[in-house]
Amino acid sequence: MTEPTSGESNVNESNSSQPDPSSGGDNAVSSTSVTQRRDTTELVKATLARRYAAEKRFRWYGIIAIGASLAFLLVLLTSIFIKGWPAFTHSYVKLNVSLDADSLDVAENPTDKQIRAANFSGVIKKSLRERFPDVKKRKAKKELYQLISGSGEYLLSDKVRANPELIGQTIDVWFPADDELASLLKSGDDLSDPDSIVTRMSHQQIGFAKALLDAGETQTRFNKTFFTSGNSAEPEQAGIKAALVGSALTLLVTFLLSFPIAVAAAIYLEEFAPQNRWTDLVEVNINNLAAVPSIVFGLLGLAVFINYFQLPRSAPIVGGIVLSLMTLPTIIIASRAALKSVPPSIREAGRGLGASDQQVVWHHVLPLAMPGIMTGTIIGLAQALGETAPLLMIGMVAFIVDIPQGFTDAATVLPVQVFLWADMPERAFVEKTSAAIIVLLGFLILMNAIAVLLRKKFERRW
Amino acid sequence: MPITTLLLLALCLAFVSFVIGRQRAYAVAKKNGGTKNLHSLPGHYGLMTGLWCALPAIAIIVGWKLFEGPIVSSLLDSSIPQAIHDRGSIAVDLYKNEINNLAASGNIAAEPSIEKQNAANRLISVRSYSSIALLILTIAAAVIGASLAYRKIKTDTKARPIVERIVQFFLVAAASIAILTTIGIVFSVLFEALQFFKQVSIVEFVTGTKWSPQTAIRADQTGASGSFGAIPLFMGTLLISAIAMLVAVPFGLMSAVYLAEYASIKTRSIVKPLLEILAGIPTVVYGFFAALTVAPLIRRMGESIGLSVASESALAAGIVMGIMIIPFVSSLSDDVITAVPQAMRDGSAGLGATKSETVRKVVFPAALPGIVGGILLAASRAIGETMIVVMAAGLAANLTLNPLEAVTTVTVQIVTLLTGDQEFDSAKTLAAFALGLMLFVTTLILNVIALRVVRKYREQYD
Amino acid sequence: MSTVTSRLVEPAVGHPKDYRSTTVSDSHQDVFDNIKGTVGDVTVDNPKMRLSNVDVFYGEKQAIYDVSLDIANNEVIAMIGPSGCGKSTFLRCLNRMNDTIPTCRVTGQMSLDGEDLYGPDLDPVLLRARVGMVFQKPNPFAKSIYDNVAYGPRIHGLAGNRAELDEIVIESLQKAGLYDEVKDRFDAPGTSLSGGQQQRLCIARTIAVSPEVILMDEPCSALDPIATARIEELIDELRQNYAIAIVTHSMQQAARVSQRTAYFHLGKLVEVGETNHIFTNPSHELTENYITGRFG
Repeated sequence: MTEPTSGESNVNESNSSQPDPSSGGDNAVSSTSVTQRRDTTELVKATLARRYAAEKRFRWYGIIAIGASLAFLLVLLTSIFIKGWPAFTHSYVKLNVSLDADSLDVAENPTDKQIRAANFSGVIKKSLRERFPDVKKRKAKKELYQLISGSGEYLLSDKVRANPELIGQTIDVWFPADDELASLLKSGDDLSDPDSIVTRMSHQQIGFAKALLDAGETQTRFNKTFFTSGNSAEPEQAGIKAALVGSALTLLVTFLLSFPIAVAAAIYLEEFAPQNRWTDLVEVNINNLAAVPSIVFGLLGLAVFINYFQLPRSAPIVGGIVLSLMTLPTIIIASRAALKSVPPSIREAGRGLGASDQQVVWHHVLPLAMPGIMTGTIIGLAQALGETAPLLMIGMVAFIVDIPQGFTDAATVLPVQVFLWADMPERAFVEKTSAAIIVLLGFLILMNAIAVLLRKKFERRW
Repeated sequence: MPITTLLLLALCLAFVSFVIGRQRAYAVAKKNGGTKNLHSLPGHYGLMTGLWCALPAIAIIVGWKLFEGPIVSSLLDSSIPQAIHDRGSIAVDLYKNEINNLAASGNIAAEPSIEKQNAANRLISVRSYSSIALLILTIAAAVIGASLAYRKIKTDTKARPIVERIVQFFLVAAASIAILTTIGIVFSVLFEALQFFKQVSIVEFVTGTKWSPQTAIRADQTGASGSFGAIPLFMGTLLISAIAMLVAVPFGLMSAVYLAEYASIKTRSIVKPLLEILAGIPTVVYGFFAALTVAPLIRRMGESIGLSVASESALAAGIVMGIMIIPFVSSLSDDVITAVPQAMRDGSAGLGATKSETVRKVVFPAALPGIVGGILLAASRAIGETMIVVMAAGLAANLTLNPLEAVTTVTVQIVTLLTGDQEFDSAKTLAAFALGLMLFVTTLILNVIALRVVRKYREQYD
Repeated sequence: MSTVTSRLVEPAVGHPKDYRSTTVSDSHQDVFDNIKGTVGDVTVDNPKMRLSNVDVFYGEKQAIYDVSLDIANNEVIAMIGPSGCGKSTFLRCLNRMNDTIPTCRVTGQMSLDGEDLYGPDLDPVLLRARVGMVFQKPNPFAKSIYDNVAYGPRIHGLAGNRAELDEIVIESLQKAGLYDEVKDRFDAPGTSLSGGQQQRLCIARTIAVSPEVILMDEPCSALDPIATARIEELIDELRQNYAIAIVTHSMQQAARVSQRTAYFHLGKLVEVGETNHIFTNPSHELTENYITGRFG
């Protein structure tokens, strides 16, 4: 079978040289002849240093690639944490306000309605003037008034309405500082050197701040407002509650729609679907949908659900529908993998006892696949929670002050809130944006941690 | 009555029917010598009754709600004075909106126009009739369905197959939603895009080099007809995607190689999830980071070496997008690299190749199709990515290949055109759908090719 | 298929615990204890490779117990034994292929032409160039036939120019008896060949580096009888030029191609001797049980 010529000639050559390789070079005929194997050794040896250097370099490329990616992650997270952390606290200024009926511009025993209309803003301004009696100029006064957040008068109003006896008394009240003042106080900068501070506040305002700080009339507390109020054009009054509720409502719709549909689809494709073109088409579709840009789903939502079916704009119901269409492929693919990992012997055992195909699935396969399906669902929902683009398309970019009460109220979601705040020029909104991102990342980490735990706890090796 | 209440009502009725049906089955069984003489389990008879109760009711609710909007809206048409119809569809929409608001406010008597008052009153009455009719229909359908099923409960009724057939139908329907979604996307985008191409020629759209979608607000305005040449958008998208791929491919690929070939199991188990965090961070966070941190950094660096860099440079958006895609490239490449049979690596090592030689000369060529597929998928993701470019790339449609200048992308323009209050059929709004069509078709082609290549590759080594 | 060998060709990145070695189960404990040393002479005059007191561990588990064996020039030595006896593991020590498995540990003295295999002078890259290996399943690279054979010379820089490389490729293909079948399609992918041709391509690929020793790990186990016969013939021819160690699951094959045979059992080397002697008149009871087909 082998050509005898080449085989034989080699045999002859090597037979003579084999026992003593060192003397073999003499009767070599071709460069590859085995008799030259000492040369091979030398040739290989000559390349070794270069090749090991290349090996080392190659290894370093990998380490550098991973290192750079992880370094970026670290920079991203720390920069956001550093920027966002101050937003979880807010500065307050103590003022001594005299709530006499005159200044408030109300009658002796005012009704609730009258109190609501009272001039609380004037009272605050007055106490500010009393705190800094040297301020005389109009401009300086205006700057002084800017120190206290516009929400101060509502705070005072609520206080007095809850307790009307306060009228006529003089009390100490902690007012939320304006965002610029708060940033300044929280930054810990040295207020005695105004030139070194980056702020939009004037030198005079910094002087006020220093006086308040030195007198111990400022305080930094946990920023409850951030978690209890909706959006606002004033950074110190803006909060994420409306966005959180919106996200929760939207995710609830997404879960209620995508989970049953995805599980049903996965069960059909994995357990019942015949091998035919329709099934192929469905599978190709699912895989493709998983890679369609999310903004296209937004266009679908806008054209079909809002313009055709006239569902309300900006509503969690539409957001939920769009996001569930978007997450369906993820959950279906994960669920199929989970169903596939249940060994066929379980199905055979069930059928062997006379259970119908569906009974086998409902009673045996599905319960065993459930942890995997839940993990996939949570990961899909986490994706949906972080999604922004399609929601912009269906109008969830509205400026939402009120907390949405139902699935058809106008609402926004956390990532869209981040997007909206990122566009605001005030420095304090950078803080708010970063803080909202921290909250968002917190939820995502929580969801993924649950998914990982589920997987760890119920992971089964067959 | 809100849809949730109706659905809950239907479910409650269904549960009652389930209990009654099961009860009935037990009773029938008792008369005929025990449950073993029933064809199916009593629970199946209950399920059958419940399904016959719930399904028609839910179908009626969903159908009604879906088509209530369009129908009520067309009924309203007849109450609109001819004069307004003559002024075109925009005026009609405006008028309808006013009537809607009027009806919602409940303060109809305050409206000076009699026609509007009448229309609003009519709207309210139509809506309340519709609501009552729906409630009655729902209950009737539920009761009739349940009683029909109830009468069928006999020993020889094949309840289980009936239930299973219905369930099977739902499984198929759930699997088909993927196809419906694709059809929905195609039709919604295509339909609006065709409307657009009636106003702007497709040739101008695909070959024009000037993009300024400002159209006249009033028909009699001059000089603001808008131009819709999308070439600058395509180029901008390509430029930013190319920068992203230049970052993502080398880093992603080398990370994957290191993790698959060099890293110890322990390193791998730590680094892989860390890289996946990078993929799990919402894109809006990347956008914020790109706009606030990376773009100014690049600008400063550029200026320090005497380059003028736009504050919304393509480079910043591209780099950050690339980093976002690293884990995507890395995990897809990791999959294909580990799928290369170990036997090939052994063969190479057995010939004395170093690890990097094996990787570069044996593993890469073998994994190439899979890697290319993964890169195509990543490219499709870069092209469709929205939030990073919306936040960090510009709005100016410059036709340039200079990465230091600001460019705009298809997705940015879609978002810009569709956020804010728009008339739905203006050329400006429709242009977004035409862009959406381009985006969908491009990514679809990339995905189909990529999925095919990857699939073929997998089959090769399975 | 033997558990050990099939596991060994799986990815090295897998779990080390998957490598089921020849750890002795209770029922085998008696047999294991009864193997005391090796019957027959493990040494030869003027050995190509000398291995003494080799132990191999996978993590905690020991796979090879104190095996000593010489590999001679111009001779085929067959290693036989039941599944999981450690013969493949042992073979992979000879060119340090076990280095690729992170948990694997090898102790003992091993030398090639008197040079320590694990010594500082003998780099694994160089060692594997001198001790080639042919694997159980044909594993051509995803490259053309030509590039498959040229791969080794290229990475080692053995050819000075294209003409020399051509020469090496052609000669190697000729020696592997594949040249006539593929001379018209050097550019066809290596995977387009039949199983037997692929295995001969792998042999040609090994020869192209001009090794001194060729290790073959069940080279015919994935082939049909006709292809097997072809390879066996080839092995017999190659013997003239190289020292060959072959692991085989087929006793007939061992009898046909080898001059010496080593019988492994439960990680120990039970008996070594002339092939004729082993198959006609084995000294150890276990060897006899194996070749008469009582187990294995």
